[in-house]
Amino acid sequence: MLHTVNKSPFESSSLKTCLSLARSGSDVLLIEDGVYGALAGSTHSPLVTEALEAVRVYALEPDLKARGLSGDRLIPGIEVVGYDGFVDLACTNDKIQNWL
Amino acid sequence: MSKAKKFMYINRHAPCGTVYAVEGLEVVLIGAAFEQDVCMAFVGDGVFQLKQDQDTADTGMKNFSPAYRALGDYEVNRLYVERESLEERGLTEDDLMPLTWEDEDDDWAEKPSIHIVDRAQLSDLIEEQDILLNF
Repeated sequence: MLHTVNKSPFESSSLKTCLSLARSGSDVLLIEDGVYGALAGSTHSPLVTEALEAVRVYALEPDLKARGLSGDRLIPGIEVVGYDGFVDLACTNDKIQNWL
Repeated sequence: MSKAKKFMYINRHAPCGTVYAVEGLEVVLIGAAFEQDVCMAFVGDGVFQLKQDQDTADTGMKNFSPAYRALGDYEVNRLYVERESLEERGLTEDDLMPLTWEDEDDDWAEKPSIHIVDRAQLSDLIEEQDILLNF
């Protein structure tokens, strides 16, 4: 299953709720302001690092770039994908849950 | 004319996900024409507005972040950024755009507009304003 998160973890509990409910083996894609959840060294990064043991976490590159976040500032283990990668994730997963 | 009032624009939202940041910046630039005593505060996700190297080309959105550089020319040259908000987000002062202004009274010396303040200092700054506007 693919989960998407589009809110900043500092503004909304979306990321926390998503990571607490996503089953092991799921894909979690951070988009829009959700990409702030990928930042290393933030107060939310331990939560994401822990989640990476059970789920794959992706961040959408155009949304990272728009916010001035480069790949070297992200939590290790997070995979950066483009719009093509977003499409692949949407197609390869049987269901999508958007944590709006 | 009556005495200039002290205005503070408090910015608490990230730049791209909502229109708060761009609308707030427009209001500040428009309001600067009224010769009041204007400063800005960046707190919470608002600190992301000043992040360097924002490039929205691949998203199809307009990149308004270069417009912050115009603030100095409008005599909006006190941008207070809360240190704790930066730290919570894994950011430092070096991650922010180097915004400056030219001091007419000091031979047009170029001076930094961004001032990193701690939470207690920001609290004092908010307290001393006449008008607070939130974006």
